[in-house]
Formats: sequence, structure tokens, C-alpha cells
Amino acid sequence: MSKNRARALIRLGHWGRPLTIAIPYLWLGLFFLLPFVIVLQISLAEPALTQPPYTALWHWVDEGLLEIRINLMNFRMVWDDSLYASALLNSLRVAALSTLLCLLLGYPMAYAIATAPERWRVILLMLIVLPFWTSFLIRVYAWIGILKSQGPLNDLLLALGLIETPLTILHTQTAVYIGILYSYLPFMILPLYANLSRLDWSLLEAAADLGCRPFGAFLRVTLPLSAGGILAGSLLVFIPVVGEFVIPDLLGGPETLMIGKLLWTEFFSNKDWPLAAALAILLLGLLLIPFVLIQRLEQRLGGQP
Amino acid sequence: MILPFVLISLLGIAARAGADPGGTLNLYNWNDYFAEETLAGFQAKTGIRPRLDVYDANEVLEAKLFAGRSGYDLVFPTARPFAARHIQADLYRPLERERLTGLTRLDPAIMSALEDIDPGNRHLVPYLWGTSGLGIDLEKVRGALGDDADLDTWALLFDPDQAAKLASCGISLLDDPSEVFAAALVFLGKDPNRYEAADLESAAALIRAIYPHVRYIHSSQYISDLANGELCVAMGYSGDVAQAQARAEEAGKGVRIDYRLPREGAAVWTDVMAIPRDAPNPDAAHAFIDYILEPAVIAAISNAVYYANPNLEATPLLEEAVRADPGIYPSAEVMTRLFVIAEREDAEIRALNRLWTRLKSNR
Repeated sequence: MSKNRARALIRLGHWGRPLTIAIPYLWLGLFFLLPFVIVLQISLAEPALTQPPYTALWHWVDEGLLEIRINLMNFRMVWDDSLYASALLNSLRVAALSTLLCLLLGYPMAYAIATAPERWRVILLMLIVLPFWTSFLIRVYAWIGILKSQGPLNDLLLALGLIETPLTILHTQTAVYIGILYSYLPFMILPLYANLSRLDWSLLEAAADLGCRPFGAFLRVTLPLSAGGILAGSLLVFIPVVGEFVIPDLLGGPETLMIGKLLWTEFFSNKDWPLAAALAILLLGLLLIPFVLIQRLEQRLGGQP
Repeated sequence: MILPFVLISLLGIAARAGADPGGTLNLYNWNDYFAEETLAGFQAKTGIRPRLDVYDANEVLEAKLFAGRSGYDLVFPTARPFAARHIQADLYRPLERERLTGLTRLDPAIMSALEDIDPGNRHLVPYLWGTSGLGIDLEKVRGALGDDADLDTWALLFDPDQAAKLASCGISLLDDPSEVFAAALVFLGKDPNRYEAADLESAAALIRAIYPHVRYIHSSQYISDLANGELCVAMGYSGDVAQAQARAEEAGKGVRIDYRLPREGAAVWTDVMAIPRDAPNPDAAHAFIDYILEPAVIAAISNAVYYANPNLEATPLLEEAVRADPGIYPSAEVMTRLFVIAEREDAEIRALNRLWTRLKSNR
């Protein structure tokens, strides 16, 4: 190694650390903290017939006299009106059940891919990722065609003689679950696959040698070792589903009251940006709870990703 | 593999940038609200390249206007309550009326009605107008209610007995609480624009009672569903029901759709053209308004989308089927029964929207 290069490395070492740390912080500050502060500021304003449609939080009354006006009614309204609580609860329930369904369906798929022969794995992974090449919106629209009462699914079931009259699936909660399960399954499979493909399979052989049946070995070896993948996949599904708007709007019926739709109503129909912002802040706070819990859990698991 | 795509799209951008001697006009209009040749005709005439984005709800347009810097030069809101509110919030640019030579062709009655919300007609030019009534599949409804069933009444929707009988062939409501509540209020014999708490509660009770019989609530889905026989009664806009009617005839499956204006009263509304205050190209917007004011242009639009226009000189140019359709141009006698949905306080609108959300989600 030449002297110059060594010196360059030392110099980089000096500035490199703060620089590499600064970049992600800058990113977070610019694309997370700043938007958050803007939304927080709107949530403390009052709606007004101006452009933009809310009041400013402060203005200079006189030289040296700053008037600050903070409105907490939005948070109170969300708290007082049971509509918001029930929409939040329903969103959490839908997200929890969807996550569970994704896990039940995604785990065997990820397991099968991870244990498939090497040359098959690439193809199988491609099949999981390939739908992303089509726009998400178009894929959800496609489900409208599939699920409607004169659609191919009902035609098939009728032809097979499994049903007498077409099932009403579209615009029900069931359609919402189908749409979510379809759209979010890859987000469960991919982290699970990443985890399972690194599993040390000799541990299972050892378990078999010591007389453990395959199912027991799965429960006592594979499952605990893949906890990190399960957590990562569950978070990737749960968090976006809570705020999901497109799928319930297109596939759901009126009884599918989710927080995303309520946000839309407040923002568009009611032109009440402050209340919509307050709802968004509360949603964010609510979603932080599972995050913190899971981080604690991961630490207890020994920092395994 | 990516590089050629990037090159192609760059070339495309370069080509587009070079081909606009007259500049660009950014239009934001309802979906399916121009005739097929409208935009091409404008470009041929003026050399200005029109670019069209579409929306399917006034609320979406409104959110963009209130956020500011929408980038649009001309928008098409419904006059009341939307454009009225936008004028109060000073979102529109005053028109240079001397450049709009065709204004004299517009129906003075419609212009003077617009002065209520836009004194001196300084900001708004009426585009098309229509009504909100009932789209009916004649055969199915008569099958469910009998051959002598009364079809000119909101009772088809709001009488729980009739709604129950029609539930199996399909009922839909517009997803617009002010429209639905106005209809429910006139059905109850109340003033649709007086928002007394007690009246609202009785209208809400009525809607709750028929709610189990409603297949869905949506503001455009009914067009195709009426046409292919998935619905038999839809609360809908006059032109949209007429489009369903035309599609049903094209399909030739024997579905016959009729549009009725209930005798209890129905809402009439006007969509207008307005130039946002921060429009990048207001000159082009004026040119487009003047183009729309040409009788042949607006007549072609009415012929295509089945909504009535306010241009008196365009009337002779309409197709007979459009001009003579009482669903599009109601008779003078029916016109007396129509009402305009007026503006309300923001607090009232919010209360109504929240009540609507509760009703829909059954909470």
C-alpha cells in the first residue's frame, strides 16, 4: 500500500464516520421529521376558507408582539367522537387478521422456496416478485373483475356446481381481505425467505438424530429461529394495512370503515385539513407502539434480526 | 435494458418541448365531459396544445385548488356549493369579459341565477347543466312492483316497502350526502335547504330504514350496472343515466332504462368554467372558454355526453333525440319543481358528512 493511499484512508476515517452517519440522519430529517412537523403544525390549526384551508399558527401583531394560536379541539374531537375510535379499532382488527392470514399462507411458501433446489429458487422468487411489475392499482382493479357477481370466479364455481346462485363477494369485508392478502403476501414471504434460507439445516438433522419427530423439530428449532423473519414480515404487512385506503375503497363496501377512508372524508369532503392531520398524528402514535414492543422483543431475542 | 427506455423518453420530452408554438393549456375536467373531437378542434383552431386531466368528484378538484399551485388553467366545478365557496376564498381570477365574445349567446336566466354566487358574472361561465333523479330499469321495476307502479316518485327509494321489493334487483344511491339528504327531505315534504336538526334526524331515520335494501352507494358505478342489468333503480345524474340508456341500447340485451324526475322535486345543478388565480396560462384559458361558447362546439358536447347546455344558439344544432329528451331538457312544468342545493356553513357540512359516514358504516 502506498503512503498516499494510506494517508487518504486515515483522512476518510476521520471524516468518514460522521459523514456516513450524517447521511441517514439527513434523510430521516428531510423526509420524515420535516413532513411530521408540517402535519403536526396543521393539526394544531383551525380550518378556514383560505388557501391553504387552515389558519396560521402565529402572526406578528405589532413590532415585537407575536401572537400564537394553538387549537387542540381537533384532538378532542377525535377523542370525543366514537366514529374515529371505531374506525381505528376496525383498521387495527383488519390489519391484525390480514397479518395472521399472510403469515399462515406466506410461511409455507417461504419455507418451500428456501428448501427448494438452488436453480428453482430464482424462478420461484421471480414468481413472487413479478406481479410488482404491474401497477398496484391495476392489480386491485383486476380483482373487481374477478370477484364481481358475473365474474370468472362465480362462473367457475357455478360451472363446478359448488354454488347455486352467484356469491356476493365484491364490496364486502371478504373482498377487502382477499385484496389485502394478495397485495401484501410478498412483503411477508420475502423477509421470511431471507431468514429461512440462512437457517442451519444441520440443526434439524441433529434434532432428528436425537429422536425428535419432524413436526416437533419444526416447532422447537425452525420456528424459534425464524422469529426474526416472522417479526419483520408481520411489521411490513401490519403497518401499511392499518392505513390502507385503496383496497377498502375499491373492493370494500360501505360497512368497511377504515381510518384511511375517514382521513379521505375529512380531507376532501369536509375540507378539514387540521382534523385529518390530527387523525394522522394519532395513527402514527398508535403504530409506534407495536414498533417499540417489537424492538424490545428483538433485544430479548439477543439482537437477532 | 433500461438505457434505451431512458433515451426514448428523453427524446419524447425533447420532441414535445419543440412542438408547442401556441403554448399548453392544462384542463382539469370531469371524466367523459367533452365530445371526442372537442380538444382536437381547439388545437386545430388555436395552435394551443390542450392537456386534460380528469376527476370524478368536486372534492378532489377543490382540494387541489385550496392547496394552491395546481398548475391548471381551467377547471369545471359545480356552481353551488363548490364554485360559490371558491369565489369566497378568492381562488379564481376575474375573467377578461371583453375577450369572451360568445357570452351573449348564453341563457340570461342561467346567467342571472349565477349572479347570486358570482355578482356581475365576473368569474364563472356556465358549461353544462343537469339534474339528479332516478335511473329506472322499466321491466324489472314493473316486475317487482306491478305494471301500474308509480315511477315518478322518490318513494321507489325512500318507501321501505317498495325499497324492500326492489332490493333483489338492485338499488343504488349517489355517494353525496347533500344530494341524498335533499332528496329524502323533499320526499318528506320538507324544504331541502332548511337544515333543522329535527328534519335532518327524520331524513336520517328514513335513510337508515331503507339502507339494508341498498346494494351500494357510489357516484358513477351505476352507469355500467344499470346498462347491464345489475341494478334496477339508481339515484343518478341525468346525463349519466342517459349514457347508461345508450349503452343498454348498444348492448341490445333488451334492457330499457328510463330517467325520471320525481314529482316531489329534484336537484338541478350547473357546472361552470373558471380560471384558477394562479393559472400558468390564463390567455389560453380565455381562448378555450371562447371556443366552448361557439354553438357548434357545445352542441357537439351535449350530443355526446347528454347534458344540457346554456347556449341558446346551440339549441337548433342539437340532435333531435337530445333536444326532445325530457330527461335532458325538462319541460317548463317540470322545471318549476326543480330546486338548487344551496351553500351551507362549514360546520353544517361537516356534521352532515360525519352523519353520512355513520349511516354508511352502520355505526
